[in-house]
Amino acid sequence: MRLVNIRPGRQTRFYLLALPFLLVAIAYFAGSSARLAQNPNDKLLPALPSMVQAVKQMAFEVDPRTGSYLMASDTVASLGRLGSALLISTVAALVLGIVIGLLPGANALLGPFVSVTSMVPPLALLPILFIVMGLGENSKIALIVIGTLPCMIRDLAMKVQELPREQIVKAQTLGASTWQIALRVAMPQTLPRLIDVLRLQLGPAWLFLIAAEAIASDSGLGYRIFLVRRYLAMDVIIPYVAWITLLAFLIDVGLRVLQRKAFPWFASVRAE
Amino acid sequence: MSAIRFDDVWKEYGDHIVLERITMEVEPRAFIALVGPSGCGKTTLLRMLLGEEQPSRGQILVDGKPLPGEPDADRGVVFQRYSVFPHLTVLQNVMLGRELRDAKFSARLFGAARRAAADDAMKLLAEVGLAGQENKYPSALSGGMQQRLALAQAIMRGPKILLLDEPFGALDPGIRADIHLLMKRLWNETHLTVVMVTHDLSEAFGLATRVIALERSRNRPEERERYGATVSRDLEIFPRRSAELRSPVQPAPAGTTRSGKEHQPGRPGALVLKEQP
Repeated sequence: MRLVNIRPGRQTRFYLLALPFLLVAIAYFAGSSARLAQNPNDKLLPALPSMVQAVKQMAFEVDPRTGSYLMASDTVASLGRLGSALLISTVAALVLGIVIGLLPGANALLGPFVSVTSMVPPLALLPILFIVMGLGENSKIALIVIGTLPCMIRDLAMKVQELPREQIVKAQTLGASTWQIALRVAMPQTLPRLIDVLRLQLGPAWLFLIAAEAIASDSGLGYRIFLVRRYLAMDVIIPYVAWITLLAFLIDVGLRVLQRKAFPWFASVRAE
Repeated sequence: MSAIRFDDVWKEYGDHIVLERITMEVEPRAFIALVGPSGCGKTTLLRMLLGEEQPSRGQILVDGKPLPGEPDADRGVVFQRYSVFPHLTVLQNVMLGRELRDAKFSARLFGAARRAAADDAMKLLAEVGLAGQENKYPSALSGGMQQRLALAQAIMRGPKILLLDEPFGALDPGIRADIHLLMKRLWNETHLTVVMVTHDLSEAFGLATRVIALERSRNRPEERERYGATVSRDLEIFPRRSAELRSPVQPAPAGTTRSGKEHQPGRPGALVLKEQP
């Protein structure tokens, strides 16, 4: 049978899915135990028990200096920044994307500008943000917004322009004004696509968050990783990276579920 | 119920002439079928009527007044595809016209007004044979049902003119026959002037009161850009159909068409349209 025709069953699919994760884990722990056998004080590839110990200390024991659970307070700080930045980006992208996508005049005015700003490397702006806005929360949130917003606007405007022309004409023959077309035709059909765009921007958003926290911060997941890096504390860094990955994965799954539940009509439209 | 007048209408895209010398009168409550080979400008003519495109020369008058430059609620439309909104249920699709008319800002109705609109929409849905489907999304409907929905949606808003752009072209023959009966009934029971673009001649002669063929008078490759299509045949269906007649109208048997205002010599009923390669 040709490879293109072989479809794995349910069970096979599960094993295949688990295989790469398993291989990475095996490679890690093989390397770890080999290094630790040579030098029990090796810090580069810590064994599972020392990572568990570190997590226990970070997540479940009160830090004597700050009086808080470090992992929890880091997570809250990071998710707060990420959430408020993505909220700003999402709302602004929705409004501007619809305006640019629907109105040819707005497209002529803002389309090229948005394309150009989306080419600006956001990290290069970080010093400017720190100088202008200080080292507080605002500059970090601004970095994430600047990093994600132009791409979101551009993608979303394109999605609005991809709505069949027939629909816009049809709405006009039903007497719709521009405002009504935006409200009843463009926006409801843009919302599920906004979730797609947001999911694509989650990666860059995390990148900018960790970068901003690494450079100037006193809390957050990125701050912690770069702080303990000074002590080669791989037993903290690796669980933190795994935790960030899990958070990003859960947010992505959550958005996908939201899309399916809130917009049941969208799956068949996308299949077309 | 509106009369339409084309007054020496031309449509050009740059050097390319698509339509030329279109002059005709459409009486109120007529059912016009526009036929012709593909690429002859039938759809362009319909889009000009819709207001989506403007004539390069000449003008189109509706009830003596020049056509507004953009689509409006006086002219309903059903396209071959994408005529209904995929994010609204069947009932919401039909109610949309009423909501857009009565709620300028929110474009939504609430309370008693909503119930009244829903009642009217349900009656119309039953009329077009979609009772029991009201809570489905259009993607769950067959092609024929989607076009019934598109008709109901357009009629709910009460247009004076209904424009149909190959609305039944993608449907199976059996389903198409059913929807033809519906179309005739809707035309009889409303006050619509209908203009339908079709490539199906039996559909044109079966439904319309008048069949208008668009064709290029010159078709040599070097002439194609510079000579547009124009009305080559203007055939009134005989025996004469009119909207007030409630009896079911049979498709006219062959040879009973009578050539009305003929622009080019040709035998009555000997209408031959070739699809261009």
